Amino acid sequence: MAILKTEGLTYTYSAGTPFEKTAVDHVDLCIEENKMIGVIGHTGSGKSTLMQHFNGLLKPTSGKMLLEGEDIWKDKSKLREVRFKVGLVFQYPEYQLFEETVAKDIAFGPRNMGLSEEEIRTRILETADMLGMDRELLERSPFALSGGQKRRAAIAGVMAMRPKVLILDEPCAGLDPKGRNLMLSQIRDYQKKTKSTVLLVSHSMEDVAEFTEKLLVMSKAKLFCYEDTYKVFRKAEELKQLGLRVPQIASVMQSLRKKGYALPEDLYTVEAARNAVLALLRKGAVQC
Amino acid sequence: MLKDITLGQYFPIDSVLHRCDPRFKIIYTLIFIIMLFSGTHYWTLVIGAVFVIMAQLLSKVPLKMSWKSMKPLLPVLVFTAVLNLVFIDSGDILWEWRFLKITQGGVNTSIFMICRIILLIVGSSLLTYTTSPILLTDAIESLMSPLKKINFPVHEMAMMMSIALRFIPTLLEETDKIMSAQKARGATLDSGKMMERVKAMIPILIPLFVSAFRRAEELATAMECRCYRGGEGRTRLRQLKASGRDYIGLVICLLFFALTVTLNIILS
Repeated sequence: MAILKTEGLTYTYSAGTPFEKTAVDHVDLCIEENKMIGVIGHTGSGKSTLMQHFNGLLKPTSGKMLLEGEDIWKDKSKLREVRFKVGLVFQYPEYQLFEETVAKDIAFGPRNMGLSEEEIRTRILETADMLGMDRELLERSPFALSGGQKRRAAIAGVMAMRPKVLILDEPCAGLDPKGRNLMLSQIRDYQKKTKSTVLLVSHSMEDVAEFTEKLLVMSKAKLFCYEDTYKVFRKAEELKQLGLRVPQIASVMQSLRKKGYALPEDLYTVEAARNAVLALLRKGAVQC
Repeated sequence: MLKDITLGQYFPIDSVLHRCDPRFKIIYTLIFIIMLFSGTHYWTLVIGAVFVIMAQLLSKVPLKMSWKSMKPLLPVLVFTAVLNLVFIDSGDILWEWRFLKITQGGVNTSIFMICRIILLIVGSSLLTYTTSPILLTDAIESLMSPLKKINFPVHEMAMMMSIALRFIPTLLEETDKIMSAQKARGATLDSGKMMERVKAMIPILIPLFVSAFRRAEELATAMECRCYRGGEGRTRLRQLKASGRDYIGLVICLLFFALTVTLNIILS
């Protein structure tokens, strides 16, 4: 079942002025429940603007934004509930921390939802565990944490609202490779556990290849495609024209195939490629 | 939402007044203000009005803009008029009700004051309409440079002003981002009682302050990395140069001023 749906969604910045710019142009989308989805696109392709429509921060200039089949702009008083159902984590979310302790900051969203103190407490602890945050960190000031911990605290603040859809805008920007992988696998675990839909905006093809099932590709304010990840990566040439690319390992496999090695298609993670190459070697088809 | 706020009131078009040396424009404005306030007779207001109309035409700024700068000051205008009307007690009594008394003198002064204030607003707002904030600070620095002799930190003051002006749009953008982020967590910013609203500002203000301090520190480091050491021996990108046109303007302003003074003497 579709949880998020857009119909001819269009958004124009500064309409009616010389600075007018259409950031999202007639996007029709249907996003399913319980999926891990990657959002890719060149800088300025309209990804972030589109994401801000999903939770009603921006109102479409024209077109519709439907959540669970209902137009979110039909009843403005319900917008707040929409924001609890669709959680949005902005880029560099650590700059939005404000409370005295991490626990209180995580509690901000759930408290706005009007949950009981007990429920809030459970959610804080659960979320902290999912993101691998130490319990003792929860009582520290968020401003005293390291960069990665701050990022986790801020993401936890949105996760603790248990939204049906969680949107993360480049959650790994500025993290080291080890931190990236850890963060992404924690996000995947969260998705599996809560059976929610997670939209992951990213510039790293390797990351989306490894962690997402479907890909939403934006190009010049338009939706280029929304398909299973492996199908998107079959369009290597077209992606290149959009200023994107396939994961490096996919290009390597592609070159090997061209040289005549009998490797299967759709190898876009290092893990899968490694297994395929090993299988080929074991068959003895290739001489080292 | 916050992006729609225009910064200052600079109206970017090309006109004679826009091209004038900003230092001279400040001086013109000062002369104009002194002229307006030294005038004591209706005729001096006429001279002021001629001056403003001339400047307005030269600036090519549409009259609509002048109206925009006057609108927020309307209550002040009304207040001044009413005060003068009620409290000045001279000449024939026109209307009386218990302790309230309106006299001919009061009416005269009211009208005079209103005209004077309107001229003042329209005339002086032309300065900010035709000069960008950065040029304005440059001009203020240049005009105040004699104060360096008494160890007044003129350059530092001007630098502070430019930095403040430079960071207003940045901080507005930042505020916008933080507001969106907190709204995404269900913060309500535009409803509720007074106290609730004030409380709702905390999640916005704290991150904003933190980021302002962070930016200040980063800027200070960046300035030090480029060996910034204050105004001593520093060259400028925009050199202020007075041209013949600026001096002609000055002469015209002084002529108007002289005319006002003469009228004052003749008519009193």
